[in-house]
Amino acid sequence: MSLLDVRDLSVVFQRRGERPFTAVDKVSFKVEPGQTVGLVGESGCGKSVTSLAIMGLLPKRGNRVSGEVLFDGADLLKLRADDMRDRRGRDIGMIFQDPLSSLNPVVPIGVQVAEVLERHQGMDRKKALREARELLDAVGIPDPERRLSEYPHQISGGMRQRALIAIALACKPRLLIADEPTTALDVTIQAQILTLLKQLVDETGTALIMITHDLGVVAGLCDTVNVLYGGKVVERAARHELFARPRHPYTHGLLSSVPRLDSPRGERLYAIRGSVADNIPWAEGCAFAPRCDNVVDACLEGPPPLEPTATGGDLRCNNPVSEEVAVP
Amino acid sequence: MLRVIVRRLLQLVVTLIALSALVFVWLRNLPGGPIEALLGERATPERRALLVKALGYDQPILVQYAKFMQRLLTGDFGNSIRSGDPVTEVIGRAFPATIELGLAAMIIAVGLGVPLGYLAARWRGRSLDNLTIAGTLLGISIPIFFLGYLLKDIFTQNIHWFPPSGRLTTGLDNTNVTGFYVLDGLLTREFDASADALWHLILPAVTLATIPLAVIVRITRASVLDVLNEDYVRTAEAKGLRHRTIRGRHILRNALLPVVTIIGLQTGALLSGAVLTEKVYNWGGIGTLIVDSISGGRDYPVLQAIILLAALVFVVVNLLVDLSYAFIDPRVRVR
Amino acid sequence: MTDPTTQAGAPAPAPRAGDERPGGVRERSIGRLGERKKARLEELAQASAEKGGVSLLRDALRRLRRNPVAIVGGTIVGLFILVAVFAPLIAPHDPVQRFAELTKTLTVDNIPGASAEHPLGSDPLGRDFLSRLIHGSRQTLFVGVLATLIGLALGVLLGVLAGAFGGWVDVVLMRLTDVMLALPSLLLAITLVAMVSKSSQWTVIFAVAIVNVPIFARLLRGSMLAQRESDHVLAARALGVKERNIVLRHMLPNSLTAVIVQATLTFAVAILDAAALSFLGLGDPDINRAEWGLMLGNDGVRYFEVRPELAYYPALAIVVVALGFTLLGEAMREAIDPKNRR
Repeated sequence: MSLLDVRDLSVVFQRRGERPFTAVDKVSFKVEPGQTVGLVGESGCGKSVTSLAIMGLLPKRGNRVSGEVLFDGADLLKLRADDMRDRRGRDIGMIFQDPLSSLNPVVPIGVQVAEVLERHQGMDRKKALREARELLDAVGIPDPERRLSEYPHQISGGMRQRALIAIALACKPRLLIADEPTTALDVTIQAQILTLLKQLVDETGTALIMITHDLGVVAGLCDTVNVLYGGKVVERAARHELFARPRHPYTHGLLSSVPRLDSPRGERLYAIRGSVADNIPWAEGCAFAPRCDNVVDACLEGPPPLEPTATGGDLRCNNPVSEEVAVP
Repeated sequence: MLRVIVRRLLQLVVTLIALSALVFVWLRNLPGGPIEALLGERATPERRALLVKALGYDQPILVQYAKFMQRLLTGDFGNSIRSGDPVTEVIGRAFPATIELGLAAMIIAVGLGVPLGYLAARWRGRSLDNLTIAGTLLGISIPIFFLGYLLKDIFTQNIHWFPPSGRLTTGLDNTNVTGFYVLDGLLTREFDASADALWHLILPAVTLATIPLAVIVRITRASVLDVLNEDYVRTAEAKGLRHRTIRGRHILRNALLPVVTIIGLQTGALLSGAVLTEKVYNWGGIGTLIVDSISGGRDYPVLQAIILLAALVFVVVNLLVDLSYAFIDPRVRVR
Repeated sequence: MTDPTTQAGAPAPAPRAGDERPGGVRERSIGRLGERKKARLEELAQASAEKGGVSLLRDALRRLRRNPVAIVGGTIVGLFILVAVFAPLIAPHDPVQRFAELTKTLTVDNIPGASAEHPLGSDPLGRDFLSRLIHGSRQTLFVGVLATLIGLALGVLLGVLAGAFGGWVDVVLMRLTDVMLALPSLLLAITLVAMVSKSSQWTVIFAVAIVNVPIFARLLRGSMLAQRESDHVLAARALGVKERNIVLRHMLPNSLTAVIVQATLTFAVAILDAAALSFLGLGDPDINRAEWGLMLGNDGVRYFEVRPELAYYPALAIVVVALGFTLLGEAMREAIDPKNRR
């Protein structure tokens, strides 16, 4: 049994007086114990909403969630709010994009780590703080004793993200969701945080869902990758397969638009045409069609189905990039 | 931190000196001059000359100002024109009544306003929220003295829940210790006096609380709405923390920071309201004193002292608020 | 979907003259330009600032028209002004005339109530209460508008001086507003009225106006300071526009929306303060004057137990009008708030 089995997850936002907007459209994917899975796509593709839906953190009003999120076989979407509350932080941890705004500015770091231990492991404050010290040490924060009583604004951005990782991993959850954990950080810090995540995931055997728009992050970390476009999975493949032979024109475009040192000087960088604003609704065809180089008539006649590929992945495309045309 | 305190204290002193100078100028330019104001109808040339000399109005203006300041600093505000008693005594009698009323109003405003504002924000757009907003708008649009009369009419004439005016039932005696009647009753174990004083306090306090209550509800609501959108609240939810912890430690501790500032700024509005409320309920405090000092011939020495006292209270309260800020908000502490 | 001109945040979309290099460098590089080019550049900067201002305003107005709060507030304010303007045509009687049929039975304990001829009955002096109420809108509008405008004018003047020049001017003026703000507003108004030997309508207007001066001054100063370092002001300065013109033509217009919003809210406060002064016996002593605050603060509370209607109607009028201005002001504030711009 998979650790996490997301089946046909849909999230529709419905505000009064506005047209409903389908942010996540029948997304399915699995995460095996200890595995690292990437959710990749541009902003607005539904990757963050997917993670919030799994965590049960979407606003109570203004949206409709359907499908199944099976964690250890139990559907998280059907859990009572209090039962879900018991699982968050204990079974599933989450790290967010902006470490400064994700930490409470008026509560000491130590308490922010300790409170999750007090909640789920029944520790008293003193014991929890001792444990918090160990955790801060484990995520590589220097002088952890002092940090316990410091406030978020007193430590650096990298350290804040380390503290958030310590919080997310405090109760040794079996699944960690990281939503763009390095986007708000300096490039040098980004690498350190990714290395730390990789090391911790390897050590603890925690499964990881890595949500990112950055293919570089995926390349170094993920076992399998789901590429999302317009709220749907358009391609799923093992990491090496995806980088070596991207089949979906969107994936291909993403990979080609990464600048490379070994490309000839003066060669223009590839850019995907247009923007997400050009999307057409999936009901009328492939959402990516208006921006696609490989568009054929079938693309505008209805949504292409997600079909298994020969290499064990899945693909949603009428006219995929040929397997021979590898990324240079 | 110490530097901030020192700077704020200096500002406070500068403000008060500026104000005292203004009051000095004001007193010098009273209609008909200060002498006429003091003597009123009893003015004869001899008396006038005597008073000019006694008050030192024949001396250079700077000397006069220095003497004026010297008297202020020694707490000598002269005598009330109306009663002839020393101004400090007159004010000392009235001040506790106003403080008692103001504190009661503030307790109501904060005690009711913060929970209401929080609930309105949590239930944004629902009927409780709409009702609360409508109530606050009405609260700031209604003349407070009219509201006082309305409440008095309803609760003392139609249903006899509360006494119509005063601080104690006539005939009931209490021992005066602090001037706060409710507290005095408790201190001297005259619990019936304490209960009676509290019974008299409720309607005026509710009336006076209206505007601060409306303001605090609105600020709390807006502030909680801001905080609810903060990432750290989402983090707290992602930790699976209990509602209670999220509400107290993560939402309110942040959302109440602006509310604390507003509470300080409301001290001014509270005194304005007290002038009106005290008149409606015949409450013998500073507000009544102000009205009496104006309408029964202008009692300038008393007015002058009240102005300085009101400004002092406002400035000190806001200084305390700012300092308390430094203890609540760690981001301020470092600066 | 999104209009590009509305995307920039307040106070105004900034025309970029030159790049982000420090002022000195930019000044020199522009200094080398020919005079004609310089004039053209300035024209462009001006035009784009104006265009930005207009589209921002239009954007705010559009949002205002769709906001039910604004519609309710605007309707109340509009009706109020209409009634005030056409009061003599609407009112059935002369507001100061004492009617024999009313004075005949009038005593302190018996004020004639509604009749066919006098729908709201009599006031304590035998005058038609409805007509006084209708005419009261005029005086209330007059007091409110004048008090607001005087407060606004003085406040804006102080604020512009403080914000535009900074330095010791700023320090002195801000200390002054500190002192004024340290006094409870009603106490300040009382003190001002007490300074003159006899109160009149003008002392009330001035007292209420002065109370609002520090608020406008602070608002203006804040807005000016925020703009002093903004790109469009730096650009104008780099182009050698005179300091006075920068303040008057570039900075002031951008602050005016906030001032208008504050003025709308101030109107509500002004009529409430005027009513409070009347209640304290410091109002307009003219017994013929029909003004809601006066009617409520004097006769209204004095005869509350005999005929509470004398208080209810002017109070209702004040509440509704104050509410109208507050709603309109808040809706306006929301409309110009860049946070709500989409």
